[in-house]
Amino acid sequence: MAADSPDVRSVVDAVYRAESRRVLATLIRQLGDFDVAEEAVHEAFVAAVERWPAEGVPDNPRAWLITVGRFKAIDRLRRRSRHDVPLDDVVEQVEAIAGGAAPGADEGVEDDRLRLVFTCCHPALAADAQVALTLREVCGLTTEEIARAYLVPPPTVAQRIVRAKAKIRDARIPYEVPGRGELPQRLASVLRVIYLVFNEGYLASSGESLTRHDLSAEAIRLGRLLVELLPEPEAVGLLALMLLHESRRGARTTPAGDLVLLADQDRSLWDRARIADAVRLAEGALASRRFGPYTIQAAIAAVHAEAPSAETTDWPQIVALYDALLELEPSPVVELNRAVAVAMRDGPAAGLALVDALLVRGELADYHLAHSARADLRRRLGQTEGARESYRAALALARQGPERRFLERRLAELG
Amino acid sequence: MRYLCLIYLDEKALAAIPERETSALNARHLEFNEGLLDSGHFVEAEALQPAAASTCVRVRNGKVALTDGPYAETKEMVAGFYLIEARDLNEAIQVASRIPSAPLGTVEVRPCRDLEVDGVAHKASRKPR
Repeated sequence: MAADSPDVRSVVDAVYRAESRRVLATLIRQLGDFDVAEEAVHEAFVAAVERWPAEGVPDNPRAWLITVGRFKAIDRLRRRSRHDVPLDDVVEQVEAIAGGAAPGADEGVEDDRLRLVFTCCHPALAADAQVALTLREVCGLTTEEIARAYLVPPPTVAQRIVRAKAKIRDARIPYEVPGRGELPQRLASVLRVIYLVFNEGYLASSGESLTRHDLSAEAIRLGRLLVELLPEPEAVGLLALMLLHESRRGARTTPAGDLVLLADQDRSLWDRARIADAVRLAEGALASRRFGPYTIQAAIAAVHAEAPSAETTDWPQIVALYDALLELEPSPVVELNRAVAVAMRDGPAAGLALVDALLVRGELADYHLAHSARADLRRRLGQTEGARESYRAALALARQGPERRFLERRLAELG
Repeated sequence: MRYLCLIYLDEKALAAIPERETSALNARHLEFNEGLLDSGHFVEAEALQPAAASTCVRVRNGKVALTDGPYAETKEMVAGFYLIEARDLNEAIQVASRIPSAPLGTVEVRPCRDLEVDGVAHKASRKPR
């Protein structure tokens, strides 16, 4: 490429977008430190901007960047050795780096990405730190972008990331893909992080905006990456589940931002291509017979997605799937969802009996959706006063703008 | 009789001490260890990483659950300890989860650290001569 070509800059940008996370993942392994590796990635891209216009874009930009990044890091360690660190330590470190890193840098690149995912989602890190670190290191989001998405000040996010990296270093959390024995539990932690990111985008836990699309899109991208790197049935199931939720995005709020319940959604707005993709994935995961709770939830979402209306939905099938889910992962929230499905299968009185019993147990007393489900069932049974009471209880607990407006509307409709 | 002497410090106050002073403190620890070796009192000693580097391991119904950070409950008290050598945190957690008392309580896994004196790292742990 010509020395003064303005295109080189855009080539570097494109390479950055496509490869910077892979380069980082490999350099963390080679250099053994997140911060040193991040600096090396930065320096490698600076070098690319300086040298590619004259030297041309290398045949394998990623390998070039990894090699240059590694040398820059070694240089920096050598320079530092003249100052504050005893020389022996640095020489040892540099030799370890140079010896351990095969220059045929393409090998194992995808393994490095998987190592990065598992390290960022290590269960010995705080849950919010796992999320922040994954978005920062695996997805390449800036601290400011993460802060904006989570409605927290940027220094809070920066602090979480700094602490997580310090713990990785101090406690020596290894940079590796867990072995067979550990895999199920460690994978569960990765899937939980991805689903947390997705839900934060899909059902923002507070604030006005019901959908923060970027986070959901990021989670789906992460889910696809994971399935590509490690096609475990539950990873596939989670991807299917997220795609099925996402397929309804256009129908779940009005243009004014108000909530529309599943039963009332205009199903022609559902994204059929996404649904077909997700159903295929979910079927594959189910066929493996090694699936877990995400796959079952995907199967439930798929039954909804394939029904022409709420009334014609296969409710017995949905109740059966909730039974399977409860067996795998007992939870009062799943029991609540099952109760709502029973109400559709056997009528509102049967559902209400289950919801009442659940609320008596107390675990869901502060969960607004339990009260709004109860309100809805009482309304359908013509118990107007009781419905009003339950909508008020739900309203007292709901924090989100669109959900509050929905409950207020229902309350007003009761007169 | 063996006795375990646990050292409690305010981490924030400790972090605020100038490096020259912590260096001197660490040197006094190493000197103290030498003295204990001479007097026959020394069995083992380690300096620990900050509490933030800790991971709590619980085993319930055969499943291992991890939480970030130090053990913070006040109802349960230190009942024993194992000083182990492990390749990394994952191996340490595997060992910790096999401790027979792990299903009854919590095992806090805290990495050890070196004592730095004038920028040079020393092991607090010394084999008796």
